Amino acid sequence: MSSDFPWLTALVVLPLVGAAVLALLPAGARSSARGVALGFSLAELLLVVGALSAFDTSRAGEHQLLETHQWIPSIGASYAVGVDGVGIALIAMSVLLVPLVVLAAWREQGSSDGPTDQLRAYLAITLVLEAFIVAVFAARDVFFFYVLFEAMLIPVYFLIGRFGGAQRRYAAIKFLIYSLFGGLIMLVAVIVLYQHGPGGAQGFLTDNLTGITLDPTTEKWLFAGFFLAFAIKAPMFPVHTWLPDAAQNATPGTSTLLVGVLDKVGTFGMLTLCLPLFPAASRWAAPFVIVLAVVSILYGALLAIGQKDLMRLIAYTSVSHFGFIVLGIFAFTSTSVAGSSFYMVNHGLSTGALFLIAGFLVQRRGSQQIADFGGLQKVVPIMAGTFLVAGLSALSLPGLSTFISEFLVLVGTFARHPAAAIVATLGVVLAAIYVLWTYQRIFTGPVRDGLETMPDMRVRERWAVAPLIAAMLVLGFVPGPALDLVRPPAHTTLEQVGVTDVPVTAEGSK
Amino acid sequence: MFTAPHVDWAHLAPVAIVLLAAVIGVLLEAFVPARVRRTVQLAFTLAALAGSLVAVAALWHGVRTSGGVKVLGGSLVVDGPTLVLQATILVLAIIAILVVADRTETGEDAFAPSAASVPGSDHEALARRLGLQQTEVYPLLLFATGGMLVFPATADLLTLFVALEVLSLPLYLLTGMARRRRLLSQEASMKYFLLGAFASALMLFGIALVYGYSSSLHYADIATKIGSPTDLDTLLLVGSVLILAGLLFKVGAVPFHAWTPDVYQGAPTPITGFMAACTKVAAFGALLRFVYTVIPGLKWDLDVVLWTVTIATMVVGTVIAMVQTDMKRVLAYSSVAHAGFILTGVVALDAQGVSSVLFYLFVYGLATIGAFGVVWLVRERDADGLVLGEATHLSQWAGIGRRHPWLAASFALFLLSFAGIPLTAGFIGKFGVFSAAADGGAWPLALVGVLASAGAAFFYVRIVVLMFFADVPEVEESGEPAASTASVSADDAVEPGTDVELATPQGAAVATLVEERPATTVTTVVRSEGLAAVAIGLCAVATVVLGVFPTPVLDLVQHMSTFLP
Repeated sequence: MSSDFPWLTALVVLPLVGAAVLALLPAGARSSARGVALGFSLAELLLVVGALSAFDTSRAGEHQLLETHQWIPSIGASYAVGVDGVGIALIAMSVLLVPLVVLAAWREQGSSDGPTDQLRAYLAITLVLEAFIVAVFAARDVFFFYVLFEAMLIPVYFLIGRFGGAQRRYAAIKFLIYSLFGGLIMLVAVIVLYQHGPGGAQGFLTDNLTGITLDPTTEKWLFAGFFLAFAIKAPMFPVHTWLPDAAQNATPGTSTLLVGVLDKVGTFGMLTLCLPLFPAASRWAAPFVIVLAVVSILYGALLAIGQKDLMRLIAYTSVSHFGFIVLGIFAFTSTSVAGSSFYMVNHGLSTGALFLIAGFLVQRRGSQQIADFGGLQKVVPIMAGTFLVAGLSALSLPGLSTFISEFLVLVGTFARHPAAAIVATLGVVLAAIYVLWTYQRIFTGPVRDGLETMPDMRVRERWAVAPLIAAMLVLGFVPGPALDLVRPPAHTTLEQVGVTDVPVTAEGSK
Repeated sequence: MFTAPHVDWAHLAPVAIVLLAAVIGVLLEAFVPARVRRTVQLAFTLAALAGSLVAVAALWHGVRTSGGVKVLGGSLVVDGPTLVLQATILVLAIIAILVVADRTETGEDAFAPSAASVPGSDHEALARRLGLQQTEVYPLLLFATGGMLVFPATADLLTLFVALEVLSLPLYLLTGMARRRRLLSQEASMKYFLLGAFASALMLFGIALVYGYSSSLHYADIATKIGSPTDLDTLLLVGSVLILAGLLFKVGAVPFHAWTPDVYQGAPTPITGFMAACTKVAAFGALLRFVYTVIPGLKWDLDVVLWTVTIATMVVGTVIAMVQTDMKRVLAYSSVAHAGFILTGVVALDAQGVSSVLFYLFVYGLATIGAFGVVWLVRERDADGLVLGEATHLSQWAGIGRRHPWLAASFALFLLSFAGIPLTAGFIGKFGVFSAAADGGAWPLALVGVLASAGAAFFYVRIVVLMFFADVPEVEESGEPAASTASVSADDAVEPGTDVELATPQGAAVATLVEERPATTVTTVVRSEGLAAVAIGLCAVATVVLGVFPTPVLDLVQHMSTFLP
């Protein structure tokens, strides 16, 4: 297809069509809901491959596949999409996760809990969410970004609140109120930013708002407004408390999308909005943010170690990992920023695998308490093996893709802030504790009563996890193509922030 | 010497049609046989409103090019905002009347068969047995609408007062006409009337003071006079504040909001929808004109008043709504909070402020009518299967989303629009007023506004949780939700009522008094006759469409947002 093909719009529209088809499925054909959802999510995957092929990697630092149309000219909003290397990498990662989430929900939503209609609604909302995800990573208009940033809360809210566990209502409200609060503060910043920009019918285009001169005080306030929203979303210490509750009570598939993809919008927003729009304020705030990031790393890891609930544990590991991502972004070296971008992709794969496998375990056992498991390695060897690989990716074992990104972040940070990097390295040690100790408690030792007959992974479940592990291995050994996507945007970002890169002398494992 | 003013009937047509139709409606009441009276009245009312809307449309282009004209010797101004507001009121009135006219599957409308009868009396029982219908509601609605059409168009203080009374008196009456919980309804009517009379008196006093200052009732003269300093400034300031108080009362702003929850709760639900939407539009229209054309010269003196009222309205509305347990009261306090949000746009004092307020009023009205339409259909059903009044306790709404997904989804949509979630019309409205406020230098108001929005989101979202996520056992999948023997579940049960026996025959088993409630009821959704369903559907579709593609309406409004001085 020609390069003029509106790839990004197609990527947004296709899942919406899928959701509409699911919603309008005639009563007789409702049993095919799973097939329809899987088909659409796989077709979306093909589209992403097409978009990747249309994307010119040699110019990965620029935004490509651009489309700009007027949307609400009277308030300056446009429908503008375009991706640089980071954006398309995140879109690809998200789109890869959705069919796996659909596969993982195959029986979990529906067989045990009411008619298949529940499953149909679940799948339809998931597809709507996918459309929002693609659009938010592609948005090149601040207003459009904001609209998606807020609107995507609603599908997640329904996914948690309708399909989650015991305390799902509490978790859903907490999630929504936290996010809305941050989002509304950001709204004021968005409005004020527009007034300082060029204005007019295209006044919200990110490109038109980049590089405007702002009064330093105003800039700091605006930065704070955006950053708060993104920090809640990411989530960072001390505004992370909604995440464990949400992850504990949501279905594993929802958690995968929530933690693996949606929270990336927070760090992605810091990278693509906070830094370019408010360069001076970003430099001003960097020391503070770095401290928060390091606290997040250690705090998340320590709390993960103390968790009794498997899903909460994974949530806290993510708080720690998001600390690394934010650390890399605000360390302002090309190595650390590229590392953070790559980290976002890898974290999605790794957390997705952990949540999905943990979901299979929990579903079989009927409990999320780690103490209710034990000695499962002999009973379900495949599950044990895949969980171990996913866990090792969380502690960044060399050979897995997460190692490379974490290494880049730490090396890049060390070049500018050695102390922060050294303290953050403790997080890696703590990760070893929470991963290996969890594995030990669940899979080793004597088999607990009642677990002797636990069935191992079914073919469908293997298919839901295998692509993630394969992707982590491939990117772990051949990270080159992925790094080609994220390095040029990192340089562009640094130019926009206006800091000189600190060269990293020993730039390892390329 | 008195000279008769030249009457420009063409520009008066929207108002004249509605008021004339109201008068004819009273005659219809006398001459049309009871059998077809309701049908005739309904058709006639809708036709009159549609005709008035056509008249507005006919004037549109001329006003857009000329900027507006003064009629009746300058007492009325037909300019851009007037036409936009009149069109908004008419559209909302038509939709609201569809809900008013819906008798649902029970065949009973929202009004007492004979509103003049004493609750619980033999007279009432007789009227009910005879199946009387109080079709006077339609002419009353037309009178109220007529007053509303004049209210935002007035350019002199006396007409302002007359319009206020014309729109208020029918509303006082309509409030007291509920079929069920009649004492509550009459109490609400009484409160509304007393507080309304008080507010009118304040306003009239203010008018007198301002007249004393400027020796003119015309807005334009007063505005000119304000420009030239005199030693009567105290008279002017006190007068202006009193007039503002009268207008803010109608808007439902703190501290003049006390009537809102009681009246919203007591009035027949469809009337509440009409009142909440249309009165607010008309009152904000009048307030806008007063603030923009009369007192800009007093901006420095009155800003502190308006800012205080705005912040108090947003905060009080939001905070008190959080602790309400009755759906209609929640919506009432939410309307108070929304009055505050709209006021942020009013305070902005620029053209963007006007257009954003006009847009906000329209989308708020749509969501309000839709929401009250849904409340009208959610009923209690007693153990014998008789459908009673609206199930307004929040706990009664648990699990509605599972049994009636479309109805609950549209209600959720209205709530999300109230909450200002993007991709609903409410978001564009909020964005408009907040950015207008920030533009006009009132960014602290915008900040308080978004914080209040976050708080408000909490109680909207809580209702969504209740409807969709509550643990209610699934009702068996029988096709007819309303006709099915709705299962009693723990969550559905109301708080235990008093031990009033309802051993009355079919048709009489409606609770007429406040306290009279059967011990156990279940929540059920009655089927609409079609009219309310159409109205709810229209509101829902418009809420989504205006949220995603607001440009046509925004453009339409934007070119019509300049007041004729």
